[in-house]
Amino acid sequence: MHRNHRVAVLTATVLTGTLLAAGCSSSSGGKKSEEGNAAVSAGKATTPRMTVAMVTHASPGDTFWDLVRKGAQAAAAKDNIKLVYSSDPNAGNQASLVQNAIDQKVAGIALTAAKPAAMKDVVAKATAAGIPVVGFNSGVGDWKKLGMLEYFGQDENIAGQAFGRRLNQLGAKHALCVIQEQGQVALEARCAGLRKGFSGKTDTLYVNGTDMPSVKSTITAKLKQDSSIDQVVTLGAPIALTAVQSLSDAGSKAKLATFDLNKDLVKAVQDGTVEFAVDQQPYLQGYLAVDSLWLYKTNGNFSGGSTAPVLTGPAFIDKTNVDTVAKFAANGTR
Amino acid sequence: MSTAQHAEPAVNTPPAPGPKETDGRAVQRTLTLRVLARPDVGVFLGAAAVYVFFLISAPPVRDAGSMANILYQSSTIGIMALPVALLMIGGEFDLSAGVAVITSALTASMLSYQLTANVWVGVIAALVVSLGIGFLNGWLVVKTGLPSFLVTLGSFLILQGVNLAVTKLVTGNVATDDISDMDGFDQARKLFASSFDIGGVQVKITIFWWLLFAAIATWVLLRTRYGNWTFAVGGNKDSSRAVGVPVAFTKISLFMLVGFGAWFVGMHQLFSFSTVQSGEGVGQELIYISAAVIGGCLLTGGAGSAIGPVFGAFMFGMVQQGIVYAGWNPDWFKAFLGVMLLGAVLINLWVQRTATGR
Repeated sequence: MHRNHRVAVLTATVLTGTLLAAGCSSSSGGKKSEEGNAAVSAGKATTPRMTVAMVTHASPGDTFWDLVRKGAQAAAAKDNIKLVYSSDPNAGNQASLVQNAIDQKVAGIALTAAKPAAMKDVVAKATAAGIPVVGFNSGVGDWKKLGMLEYFGQDENIAGQAFGRRLNQLGAKHALCVIQEQGQVALEARCAGLRKGFSGKTDTLYVNGTDMPSVKSTITAKLKQDSSIDQVVTLGAPIALTAVQSLSDAGSKAKLATFDLNKDLVKAVQDGTVEFAVDQQPYLQGYLAVDSLWLYKTNGNFSGGSTAPVLTGPAFIDKTNVDTVAKFAANGTR
Repeated sequence: MSTAQHAEPAVNTPPAPGPKETDGRAVQRTLTLRVLARPDVGVFLGAAAVYVFFLISAPPVRDAGSMANILYQSSTIGIMALPVALLMIGGEFDLSAGVAVITSALTASMLSYQLTANVWVGVIAALVVSLGIGFLNGWLVVKTGLPSFLVTLGSFLILQGVNLAVTKLVTGNVATDDISDMDGFDQARKLFASSFDIGGVQVKITIFWWLLFAAIATWVLLRTRYGNWTFAVGGNKDSSRAVGVPVAFTKISLFMLVGFGAWFVGMHQLFSFSTVQSGEGVGQELIYISAAVIGGCLLTGGAGSAIGPVFGAFMFGMVQQGIVYAGWNPDWFKAFLGVMLLGAVLINLWVQRTATGR
């Protein structure tokens, strides 16, 4: 009885909600304001169907990794490849996923080596089983040693240095490098590179990237603690967008620049709240990693002669070139 | 004695029995002990100690604007720590509390955006969904008799997956679309995420909501029948059923209260950041539970208060921001946080032992 009553109330509420939805439409924004955007598509190869595994160290729900995956899927669709995507931020688990792909006898493996030592054994096993392994995104210093065929990505340290030199040009004196995941190799490398390339002072700040209100107030706290900070550097697009609010909360006049892009960040660059963004083109990384395996399998090609990595970044996006990127970002592919 | 004065505002202690029949000294001693024995006094002293510590070691904390920032951080933890604490007093856990916040925010955001509806439609739908999740959690716990730790561990994992999968399915991305230009957004933002100017300091509205909710929860716990039921079901389920406490109703409604809290915090996040990332919220449940435990709620249920978790959340916010204000080496951040919290809990424990242990 008790329960029936509750169910009735629930149903009534849901119904009311639906009715409201019909009546209370928004006159601005929303789905209706979206421009018709065509999905990226091109022809399809006639080569025999094959399976490629992509194994990354991404944590679920990250906008950056979503782009990597979309790029990989685009290449797979073109190349008549069945893409098996999996990820785990824990290096041991990631190695198990690679082993899983070897067991499935896939035609090729694309993987990120954020913790190269953990990948050593499985990469050797894959190579022994005759499965080509391509590295991307992380592990620029180790892919050769691990015996991978080729590598697509950005050298995080070099990107950090380039970022620092750009800040020198812009006249910054004291930078704050905000790391959203303490101990993450790629993020630490960016801040280390920044410190190297930047002639001013660089401070590091750790924030908890899974809790935005905490990110917001921690950056605010740091800006208040040290008012000489005139440049905030974030290492991910969502963190940058939150830092915009911290700057206004703290009443700070510091400038803001970031690594990585997403569509909201593109808008922020357009309206000037974010000075510039360094893009390593995650879509391109995913695309090339899969497409290169197809080329290797069908024509024996590989990039960089097994000695040099293929760099996908750093590409600087600022007010001068943001508009060319904007329409792709709105599609969720850049 | 001075401690007694400090602790005196710790609300609602019924006045000590008339001091008339004994001599002053003896009464004051018992009063001190009685006050110290309250579950929330230990945490109050711990929070005060942490506050004084940072006041000395981190000069920027003395600024009123910094305090507003610390209180803001505390409030976003504290609003959830309150229902989580009530649920713990009622003898149950909710491990899905952290991701439930994001579920709520995602629901509101995607529904409004996809239907191009006034954002209030999404806000109300999210409330229904959040209460529904709370109801399901509670219903499963009551009907199956399984430990809530297991049931909500299940819903924690389910919600985590659903958040990601549904967002990807609906939007094609892993974050929701910006809804800040839609009808009703500014209105909702006023309610959930605005700030006020008080004496030149920007104070976030969540702080007021937090204190208001705490006051209501305190009143409910101590002055209403529902409050008695909560203590009773957490203390001993079977004997409370025997004396006529509606156990199922109490437990399910406590889970739904957590749902309400998740909705509120979710709406705050949505309307202050305009978009939501589907992978957020994981790990927050432990922070809410910690704030409740530091605030004097027993892990076994049946004891605790609503004011204790307020100080517990404050302690969390204070330590987290205090370390930054103090400008300590950030590599040690997590270690500092752990040591400070452990220290504060030890003070809390020591105070209670000395007060009740004889």
